[in-house]
Amino acid sequence: MTATNGPILELRGVNKSFGVVHVLHDVDFQIYPGEVTALVGDNGAGKSTLVKAIAGIYPIDTGTYLFEGKPVTVRDPNDVAALGIEIVYQDLALCDNLDIVQNMFLGRELKRRGVLDEASMESMAREALASLSVRTVKSVRQMVSSLSGGQRQTVAIAKSVLWNSKVVLLDEPTAALGVAQTRQVIDLVRRLADQGVGVVLISHNMVDVLEVADRICALYLGRVAAEVKASEVTHSQVVELITAGRSGSLGLAPAEAAQSM
Amino acid sequence: MTTLNTKLADAEFAADSSSDETFLDAVRSYARRVRGGDMGSLPAILGVIVLFAVFGLANDRFISALNLANLVTQAGSICVLAMGLVFVLLLGDIDLSAGVAGGVSACAMALTIVNLSWPWWAAVLGGVVCGALIGLAIGVLCAKLGIPSFVVTLAFFLGLQGVTLKLIGEGGSVRVDNPVIRGITIDNLSVTAGWAFAVLIVVGFAGLELFRHRSKVAAGLHHAPIGVVAARIGAVAAVTLGVTYMLSLNRSVNSNIEIRGIPYVLPLVGLLLITLTFVLNRTQYGRHIYAVGGNPEAARRAGIHVDRIRLSAFVVCSSLAALSGIIAASYGGKVSASSGAGNVLLYAVGAAVIGGTSLFGGKGRALDAVVGGVVVAMIANGLGLLNQASYINFLVTGGVLLLAASVDAISRRRRSATGLG
Repeated sequence: MTATNGPILELRGVNKSFGVVHVLHDVDFQIYPGEVTALVGDNGAGKSTLVKAIAGIYPIDTGTYLFEGKPVTVRDPNDVAALGIEIVYQDLALCDNLDIVQNMFLGRELKRRGVLDEASMESMAREALASLSVRTVKSVRQMVSSLSGGQRQTVAIAKSVLWNSKVVLLDEPTAALGVAQTRQVIDLVRRLADQGVGVVLISHNMVDVLEVADRICALYLGRVAAEVKASEVTHSQVVELITAGRSGSLGLAPAEAAQSM
Repeated sequence: MTTLNTKLADAEFAADSSSDETFLDAVRSYARRVRGGDMGSLPAILGVIVLFAVFGLANDRFISALNLANLVTQAGSICVLAMGLVFVLLLGDIDLSAGVAGGVSACAMALTIVNLSWPWWAAVLGGVVCGALIGLAIGVLCAKLGIPSFVVTLAFFLGLQGVTLKLIGEGGSVRVDNPVIRGITIDNLSVTAGWAFAVLIVVGFAGLELFRHRSKVAAGLHHAPIGVVAARIGAVAAVTLGVTYMLSLNRSVNSNIEIRGIPYVLPLVGLLLITLTFVLNRTQYGRHIYAVGGNPEAARRAGIHVDRIRLSAFVVCSSLAALSGIIAASYGGKVSASSGAGNVLLYAVGAAVIGGTSLFGGKGRALDAVVGGVVVAMIANGLGLLNQASYINFLVTGGVLLLAASVDAISRRRRSATGLG
């Protein structure tokens, strides 16, 4: 919907080393509002490092971090959260002994005259879930321990809607899910982007990626091998980009790909 | 907005806002929860009934107004200590030093009255501050330094007994004969005041429950069926008025004197129960305690200062332990070198766990401590009436604690199997 605008979040020429290991080489990465950008790559390609750099967990060595076109300095995860960037980690950070509403408002509880405002929190949580057309949850007052993996993922994602996040990064949201639940989460990711949120999907599942993503960014040994429109590539091309860093005319030049080794 | 409303109506959780869940449904879902291992205070309530039956049959003095009053005063200090422990247990920690922290605090209170002639309220305040400082020290060592609470509080358990010994002197004791302090457990509210207090509690509870029910229904929020609300009000009314009636009877064994009325300790425990329940259920601080107990990593990522919450729980626990120590001193009329040592802590941990607070953290209520405290006091009181040797008392109480902990562990396994949390 707003895909014609510039990127909401952009990294330019980002480098990151851990001691002598050069993990990210001049990485350029853009996230557009209303689009799902898939971040793919083999193990050790630098996906997690890139996410943690965006999340403010790892400071970047060189490069620029732009949010809504303006350079920003990101020192820790709180700076990132203040910008409206939400990261949904693989090991969903939910409390089993609290219900859905309590989890969605955890750490940001609404209060009225010093007392928890349960009524407002419950209706806001309900609206956030409804806006994502969530149907699989029986009651918003259900304990999280009674939810399936897909439902937990739903709650974690709905939390970002609740807080009007502008960018949501999802780390392997379907890795531990069955077929039906994966379906639900993928639908949810699409609806989240349709609301104008810039979504990053990190996944190993090429079927999911090709289905839901608008753009695909393939990392190969710490470099961006290619950034392509999902509609313009095939399954096997993406796999080649991941495993060899190049595919036909796409990807790194042969010399560069070899040098990265 | 219209689309949102349709979506709201479509969604399955729309069932939340309509009141189609009947009383029977609620009973069925409660039964399902109990079978799934989420038993709450149910074992403790069954325990109270069984103990009443067993001791009542074994000794005809057990169910009498006099013994009920004894039971209340015996349970008082256990309940208060257990309520403090609930805060620490909710985080999955343990405070083994809570009993002796209460002993030291009571000792400080008694000495400031006897040696420095402080007024009673200043001495009580001093005692509670003493407890809070002990809690602060434990909290800093556990939360900031990262030593396991088991080790820190075991060290304090031994160390604080030394402090009490030093303060009192080998083998001695300090008399507590201040009329106000002593009166907490030996004096009674007048019968009229007792009834007024009981009626106030029942009416207040009923009014609050009904008001909350109505505003939830009006706002279309998740709510319990009206039958459940009524049953809850009925239970509170029955217990409050029943106990008040029993305690308003003349319980003197000497026909020349009349003893009737509620011991002061009962409304004291009641007020603490209401306050702590409010803190745990209705404030952000309470919510964060549950969150840290349930998943510290999730709490940390949500921006909760986990170490501050842990530190504060130890402070709350030791402060309540100080109050409990003062109540125990009031009951005994003295503070001795062994105050708060021995089986005091075992009783309190047992009370919290029997009441349904989990040793694994994240699950528990202030009410658990009170219900469990009554069970523990009944065991001690009943065995005392049966003139059993004290070794039996230790064996039975230890056994009951072990039983409660086993129930906790088994129900936790069942809960994780059935996903009931």
